[in-house]
Amino acid sequence: MPNTTAPIARLDGVIKTYGRLTALDGADLQIRRGELLALLGPNGAGKTTAIALLLGLIRADSGKVELFGQDPQRIDARRRIGVMLQNAALPPTLRVNELLRLTASYYPSPRPLAETAELAGIGELLSRPYAKLSGGQQRSVQFALALCGRPELLFLDEPTVGMDIEIRHKLWAAIRQLIAEGCSVLLTTHYLEEAEALADRVCVMAHGRMIHEGMVEALRSRVSLKRIRCVSALDVELVRSWKHVTDVRRDNERLHVTTAEAEAVVRRLLDADAQLSELEVQRAGLAEAFTELTRDADQSSTTHQREAA
Amino acid sequence: METVLSTDDSVRASAMPWQRVLGAYGAEARSECLRYLRAPGFILPMLLFSTVFYLMFGVLLNHGEASRYLLASYSAFGIIGPGLFGFGVSLAIERDGGLLTLKRALPMPPGAYLLGKMVMAMIAATIVSVLLLLIGVFLAHVSLSVTQIAKLMLTGAFGVLPFCALGMFVGTLIKGQGAPGLLNLIYLPMAFLSGLWLPLTMLPQVLQKIAPIWPSYHLNQLTLAAVGLNNGALLPHVLALMGYTVIFLLLAVRQLRRVG
Repeated sequence: MPNTTAPIARLDGVIKTYGRLTALDGADLQIRRGELLALLGPNGAGKTTAIALLLGLIRADSGKVELFGQDPQRIDARRRIGVMLQNAALPPTLRVNELLRLTASYYPSPRPLAETAELAGIGELLSRPYAKLSGGQQRSVQFALALCGRPELLFLDEPTVGMDIEIRHKLWAAIRQLIAEGCSVLLTTHYLEEAEALADRVCVMAHGRMIHEGMVEALRSRVSLKRIRCVSALDVELVRSWKHVTDVRRDNERLHVTTAEAEAVVRRLLDADAQLSELEVQRAGLAEAFTELTRDADQSSTTHQREAA
Repeated sequence: METVLSTDDSVRASAMPWQRVLGAYGAEARSECLRYLRAPGFILPMLLFSTVFYLMFGVLLNHGEASRYLLASYSAFGIIGPGLFGFGVSLAIERDGGLLTLKRALPMPPGAYLLGKMVMAMIAATIVSVLLLLIGVFLAHVSLSVTQIAKLMLTGAFGVLPFCALGMFVGTLIKGQGAPGLLNLIYLPMAFLSGLWLPLTMLPQVLQKIAPIWPSYHLNQLTLAAVGLNNGALLPHVLALMGYTVIFLLLAVRQLRRVG
């Protein structure tokens, strides 16, 4: 097997419990070189535990955890990663350049400070004390700290929470540039739009397990639902009563219909309203796919419990 | 085959020259000092507590040998502060705010975090010693030899360490803003019970008897010796302080392993 396709980080059948709570229940995860893997799942699915294991913050009860083929608790393995956690209150009185210099000192061959600042878009902030920055700027600084060591694998845990749209898009551009340089990224996010914009692969977790792993396109196509949009005067309740229609909603003169049988519903729409215009049909997005997947997992897990009881 | 490849790989990428590792320790200590020296709300109470007491009781209300005695006891009192609060408060807050978690995830050299805080506490303790010495020599007119001054400063710089360990242990027991309150509950009674405010001989017999169980008592014996007021053996006190350091450090490490 060529080394390039071997995973650079992986969980293999990992179980982790906190007292009676099972956070991970046989979790498997592989991150390959140069890819962006989005780890998705509702709160409590086990994402944070999975990341904590890969960062060496906690130990697994059983199963295998590897970072560059080593135990993540070894500093050698961690010298090749960059980390941006969900919440980290950095020293408020230190200036941005001091924070960058400190974090860069942990790495064997860090990026020059100016390059890091440029990439993270914080060139203007270097001499400002951290406490004087806005929430979005603080997140940008944390992102800069994550990439300053020239990591081969970047952990980004909800990186864009608290960022406005402009800063968020800058961060996305920076992430794309890092991936182009060959860096791998493990991203967790609540914004499915973010996963859709950046990820090569997604891994969906629920109840401590991976319930789906695959390319973004493949996940989207698993969902049979389509979205129909058109300008029409038809009554919402009338359309809702039609066969195959899962949801209808009106947005001014525009009608939004969700259905598994787009062709049949479109035909009926056209028949019912001769004035209908601006017709569009789209495959449902990651958001719908995600909702459907996790709902299935919830159902199967409750059946499981019922069987066990 | 895969194992061989990944081993080669890791050797290549993780080679960190020792100069850079040393640099990381230095950078950590420098940041730790800078951040707290820039936080007056944190540093001033540590410096002012003992100096103001000494000005009141050692300069305004007492003279001569009493000033010498009080220089020793307020030095001990002042040295304990940076250890307890420098370690305890910052650890409790950094555990709460997620900074410790981030540092553990980053490839920070092991020990750099604690060493950084230790250096900060030693510098703050030295500043306290110098301030008290200045007041003692120039305002209270306590006559001290250069050796005595050096001994007192040395006691300050190293005497802070057992209290760093105690502060660290307390910092592992409590998270966030509750730490200063708990630390004061230890700091003030302990100082009183080991004779740092009133000479031990003025306390009830039973309190005099149990005074040696407090680490601050042993530190006070060393500061008294430094200014020439204790001719007894010093080794037992040094050993007692080292023992406390080890015990609190082990307790803290055990607690950190358990709660993170």
